[in-house]
Amino acid sequence: MCADQAPQPDTSRRRAIELFLGGGILASLASFIYPVLRFLVPPAVVDLGGDEVVASKLGEMKPNSGKIFRFGSRPGLLILNSDGTYRALSATCTHLGCTVQYRPDLREIWCACHNGTYDLNGRNVSGPPPRPLTVFDVHQRGDEIVVSRKREA
Amino acid sequence: MFAPLIRWLDERIHLDDLIAPFKHKTVPRHRLSYWYFFGGITLFLFIIQVLTGILLLLYYRPGANEAFESVQYIMTRVQFGWLIRSIHAWSANLMIFTAFVHMFSVLFLKAYRKPRELTWVTGVILLVLVMGFGFSGYLLPWNTLAFFATKVGTEIAGQVPIIGKPMMIFLRGGEEVTGATLTRFFGFHVAVLPGLVVVLIAIHLFLVQRQGMSVPPKVEAEWAANPAARREMKFFPNFMLREMMAWYVAMGVLGALAAIFPWNLGVKADPFVSAPAGIKPEWYFLFMFQTLKMIPSKVWIVDGEVLGVLGCSLAGLLWLLLPFFESDKASRAKVWITGLSIFALVYVIGMSVYGYVAN
Ligand code: FES
Repeated sequence: MCADQAPQPDTSRRRAIELFLGGGILASLASFIYPVLRFLVPPAVVDLGGDEVVASKLGEMKPNSGKIFRFGSRPGLLILNSDGTYRALSATCTHLGCTVQYRPDLREIWCACHNGTYDLNGRNVSGPPPRPLTVFDVHQRGDEIVVSRKREA
Repeated sequence: MFAPLIRWLDERIHLDDLIAPFKHKTVPRHRLSYWYFFGGITLFLFIIQVLTGILLLLYYRPGANEAFESVQYIMTRVQFGWLIRSIHAWSANLMIFTAFVHMFSVLFLKAYRKPRELTWVTGVILLVLVMGFGFSGYLLPWNTLAFFATKVGTEIAGQVPIIGKPMMIFLRGGEEVTGATLTRFFGFHVAVLPGLVVVLIAIHLFLVQRQGMSVPPKVEAEWAANPAARREMKFFPNFMLREMMAWYVAMGVLGALAAIFPWNLGVKADPFVSAPAGIKPEWYFLFMFQTLKMIPSKVWIVDGEVLGVLGCSLAGLLWLLLPFFESDKASRAKVWITGLSIFALVYVIGMSVYGYVAN
């Protein structure tokens, strides 16, 4: 009888050992891999740009021209129209992220990468861009042209 | 002169056993034999890449403030620096070209059939890795063209549903293409990819060695009908010497191209200027790029880009697994695979040319 029962505890003991061994190996593998995976993800950069930036000085730009300025970590586009009004938009093309430019000859915003165009209100008018450009607020403070994010109404 | 040395080695490690397989190895000889050389030429160009790459590493400095200047330094101050860099760039392009030629020749000669499925699979993975080399290496001089090409390329990767965004951030080392991207790409280019490629080349060559060269079904049939026509040559030295000749020709072409058309450097990248007109990826990405460009920005409710990226990935997967759809009997070779091969070749060439001339 004893002989009959002998395998019983034996296999369960084996199973337990397998479980501990396998679990232990898996756990240690996980403990190696997890930090590595986290290491691969770059730490988020704090965007020190804030909501406001001095994009240009009065008299710096010629009428009917555009200028790229730094808005936080991204480029913005400031346009001085022929009538002396300013306009500021995000310069990151909504298609695949190239930096757009003002085309004085067309009075349009143009992306060289895949020939996308936007009108001066940032609306995507032709080419692949799927969405309009974000428009920023522009105001004058002293002789500085200040661009700020539009406040949500 | 070498005899005593060889004897000395032979006593200790039995050289004879090691080279025995090469002595018996033969290569089939027929009117299409010359296609066999392209894999070897690709390998040769890869060796050139490793050697010139190591040389460039002596002066190159990764980093947004240094990379461009260090390449400029290599090209203007270091003796023959322009030549080494030019060879590296030209050899990269030629290598991708010969890899494509090699792939299509294998395809049309039906060399991927059973039992060589794994050789095909490793080959396709190698092609992808080599294109990864091209993509990552392109950014290293940190010029405007490369900056925007990388921006667009990683953005495309970001279009893949769900995993796209994390993948893009992983590739860029952040939300934007910055110096952090350059650091990562440098790491991929000089450490990760070379390691992977060497392992895969080893497997690829081992398989070729183990299974021998495939004979195209047409030639096989002719030989079966007329066994007297069957021809072979010894791998060593006959095939080896021919291959060496091919390598010599490749070297000549490479040297001439590198010296006559030195690779230029362009303008230093500045994240705060507009993308210049006429921006295009390297030629070997053009066919995919042009495809993406032609898909409308919205198809039904899906973004065109997403559709394009998914389509390309699916096509790539089918390509990778192609041998598994093929019958191992030459007589029952799948017609659609031949059709697909022709279509793929015409498509790749057509779209590349179109992408090149279109603005
Ligand atoms: S990135 Fe601007 S049109 Fe494609």
